[in-house]
Amino acid sequence: MSNLIVPALLQFVLLLITAPLVTGVIRTMKARFQTRRGSDIWQPYRDLYKLLRKGMVIPDTASWLFSATPYVVFLTAAMVGLMIPVVVTKAPLSLFGGVLAVVYLLALGRFFLALGGLDAGTPFGGMGSSREMTISAIAEPAMMLAIFTVAISANSTNLSEMARSAVGQSWRFLAPSQMLAFGALFIVLIAETGRIPVDNPATHLELTMIHEAMILEYSGPYLALIEWGASLKQLVLMTLLVNTFFPFGLSSAWNVAGVAIGLGFYLIKLLVISCLIVLVETTNAKMRLFRVPELLVVAFILGALALVSTFLF
Amino acid sequence: MTGSGIGYAFFGGLLAYAVGAVAGLAASHKPKWARVLCCGFATLGGLLQTGACALSLLSGAGTHWEIPAGVPFLVYGFRLDALSTYFNLILSLLATAVSVYSFGYLRSLDRNRTLGVLGFFYNLLLLSLTAVFTASNAFFFLIAWEVMALSAYCLVSFEHRHPATRDAGVLFFVMSHAGTGCLLVGFLLLSARSGSLDFSSFARGPWQASIFLLFLVGFGVKAGIIPLHIWLPAAHPVAPSNVSALMSGIVIKAGIYGMARVFFDFLGVPPVWAGMLVLIVGVVSALLGVLYALMEHDLKRLLAYHSIENIGIILIGFGASLMFISLGHTQLAAIALIAGLYHTMNHAIFKCLLFLGAGSVLHATHTRNMEEMGVLIRRMPQTALCFLVGAIAISGLPPLNGFVSEWLTYQALLAGFGTTDRLMRILFPIAGALLALTSALAATCFVKAFGITFLALPRSEEAEHAHESDSFMVGGMALLTAACFALGLGATYFLPVFDGVTAQLLGTRISSDLIAAGNGLVLTSGSARGGTVSPAWIAALFVILSAFPALLWLIWTRKGKRAVGPTWDCGLPGLTAENEYTAVAFSKPLRMIFAALYQPRREIQAEYEVSPYYPRSIRFGSEIELMFEKRLYAPIRDSILGIAGRMRGIQAGSIHAYLAYIFITLILLLLFGVRS
Repeated sequence: MSNLIVPALLQFVLLLITAPLVTGVIRTMKARFQTRRGSDIWQPYRDLYKLLRKGMVIPDTASWLFSATPYVVFLTAAMVGLMIPVVVTKAPLSLFGGVLAVVYLLALGRFFLALGGLDAGTPFGGMGSSREMTISAIAEPAMMLAIFTVAISANSTNLSEMARSAVGQSWRFLAPSQMLAFGALFIVLIAETGRIPVDNPATHLELTMIHEAMILEYSGPYLALIEWGASLKQLVLMTLLVNTFFPFGLSSAWNVAGVAIGLGFYLIKLLVISCLIVLVETTNAKMRLFRVPELLVVAFILGALALVSTFLF
Repeated sequence: MTGSGIGYAFFGGLLAYAVGAVAGLAASHKPKWARVLCCGFATLGGLLQTGACALSLLSGAGTHWEIPAGVPFLVYGFRLDALSTYFNLILSLLATAVSVYSFGYLRSLDRNRTLGVLGFFYNLLLLSLTAVFTASNAFFFLIAWEVMALSAYCLVSFEHRHPATRDAGVLFFVMSHAGTGCLLVGFLLLSARSGSLDFSSFARGPWQASIFLLFLVGFGVKAGIIPLHIWLPAAHPVAPSNVSALMSGIVIKAGIYGMARVFFDFLGVPPVWAGMLVLIVGVVSALLGVLYALMEHDLKRLLAYHSIENIGIILIGFGASLMFISLGHTQLAAIALIAGLYHTMNHAIFKCLLFLGAGSVLHATHTRNMEEMGVLIRRMPQTALCFLVGAIAISGLPPLNGFVSEWLTYQALLAGFGTTDRLMRILFPIAGALLALTSALAATCFVKAFGITFLALPRSEEAEHAHESDSFMVGGMALLTAACFALGLGATYFLPVFDGVTAQLLGTRISSDLIAAGNGLVLTSGSARGGTVSPAWIAALFVILSAFPALLWLIWTRKGKRAVGPTWDCGLPGLTAENEYTAVAFSKPLRMIFAALYQPRREIQAEYEVSPYYPRSIRFGSEIELMFEKRLYAPIRDSILGIAGRMRGIQAGSIHAYLAYIFITLILLLLFGVRS
């Protein structure tokens, strides 16, 4: 057990530090793609610092659940971060939960976030909760099918085992089933992290917002925790995507050289996937809410095709 | 020695239920006494039965008692084998918790003479359920089954002054007996084959499609599988809440028990299509159950639909297990069976908890309509907390018990891919994906149920002045809340319980394979490489990691800058309950996405004076079409009524006509007799 504590701590700190950076990089790149100057990549850190220092206003209609929500959102995302391989194939706590636990822990965070949205009693909060829960529910089967495809190739739902089996066959991602599964999971990533064309992370006080509507009543340190949690969740999902499909550079053990190489590869992979997200965000317009299920059905079909092709090819 | 200990506890428990029933009737002129006696003896019976089951589990060997009834063929035979013990354990745990709760819940009836009758049927239901789970021959089983159905009918119809309650009762009665008819024929076929009515003579007989289908329908009606479910959302909500809790918690599990008994014990190796049928029925029930639940804003009906969903999840496990048996994968069949049985226990616990919570809410607000609740988390904090735990558990979220059994179900389904069967390789992952959809929709539904019921502003006068339930009611719920945690966090300690069941039904013991070597708190999918999860460690991790935000708070955040202020009201003069999102609004996106299923109709009437853009008042109505009721059952009902109407013609009321009928019948029978 004790040989897990140091890696767990390292990975925890790494993810905590990287998460806002990824958000910042995506924002800056997006601005550049749209020929705006935008803020620099460190802006999310400044935002977090500022929010943590600020006071906060709790709605008088809210209950203890409102205050519990930021912790649950943050902690579930952090916990999931310890179960996925980041720079080393063996995730520190992969024994405590595989990919199913990851999906369900994120669902637990979402469950509380949606309740937090309803707790203040504003129509916006309820609207956000309703939409968030609906979209994530529709995204769930697509996500599971894609995950099953990978799990079946690896014959395991343990994420470290999945990564290890992928390391053995570096070019496996070229297999049709893996590419289709990647497509499905990428759509799910867009939906789960609330990005265009599903949701617009930059919108406030519009009738189209989803995620922002739920957290409208949060302020100060609570908002900081939620924002940090959201960027952690985004990072975790991105990591899941890149490391299960493209396991290049994952170190096989916790030693200095391996970790350094792994870290380098990891950051490059994150940059590439961020580019992809930015590309999707800038080239698409936000969809009408009731068009989103169609997109997710596409993801579901991709997942189903991926599954079928695992034993056809 | 343990054998006689089990016997004393078991028959002591039965006796306590019986005394409780009689005491209810005897003391019915003093309702308060009736309440104390009925609930007291029921609690005692539940505890004794729990003890009997625990002893039986520990001793491992089955126990068997036979008491001749003095009537041909009828023997009061009880057998506590592993499967019976497991279901009886679920029953006795629920009986204990619900009876404690009932002390407080029935207090409002303390001036009502009918309380004694309620207590009578309540205890009779517990007694007959125990007999159903432990009966060792078909005749006694059917009698117990009938008593169970009838006492449940009487309990459902308890508030018979409401027409809706009477209708629901009759529907329950009719459906239940249609099911019993199938069971009767099924048992006759079984006993004709073995020449005896004793269950032990049925065991491991050859597989037969007609028997399988008869029992699937017969037990399916009781379990509430789709499309045989229509009585369930009608009957469960109208019963008194403590009874609803038992009905959804354990009475429908009698159907599951029957299926487990017949499919795994009586019938031999099934063909693949049998398991596939059960699996598909499971998936359809799970998905449609939750989709209909989402459209409900009657709290108890919503919970009733979730029972259909969870029965579906249980049957996914059973179906997968049957398919594995047909292909000869005993090990995998055991995992799938354990997943189904574990979910049976879990669903019983959290559904019972949720119904008790709904009962407390109903008690406090006098309505089942969620749109008239709200704010209850402040008015009744303990009930709210218990309900929240139940909601998390039923949504299958870690680290509670619902997650563990759903996880096992996923692992069983994924294991199907390792087999060589093409059908399994495509069917199982699709079933898994639909299970994921089901549980995500369940989470959506419980965000709605909890959020609209307990959070934000009061939506009615009653909700505003609601009060916390008394300590008996909270105590009953607290017991079940603790069980949700225990069965989730302590899953690895509970798994060995299934060894007896899988040994009895499949001839294999696999609990040690499901627990990781070297770490007793980690569950595995049968092999350490396949997949692992540890609810206990997840919970521990949650506590450990929360040190980080706490630290952040201490170091960074400035103290004392936490103000409570009014919620932003969009510039209106103050936020009122009218501004809040309603349950109907919450489920609107799903109503539109699944419009093909729901066929929603809505009606808006606006009253305005000058311009339609400035209405004075708006009436909004929204309803969905209940497909099975309208498309499947309405034609059947109409044709039965039509035939009955035409048959009225031959019932002329004249004695000569009836004599002629008798004569014709006699002639026909004679001809029939001569020919054969």
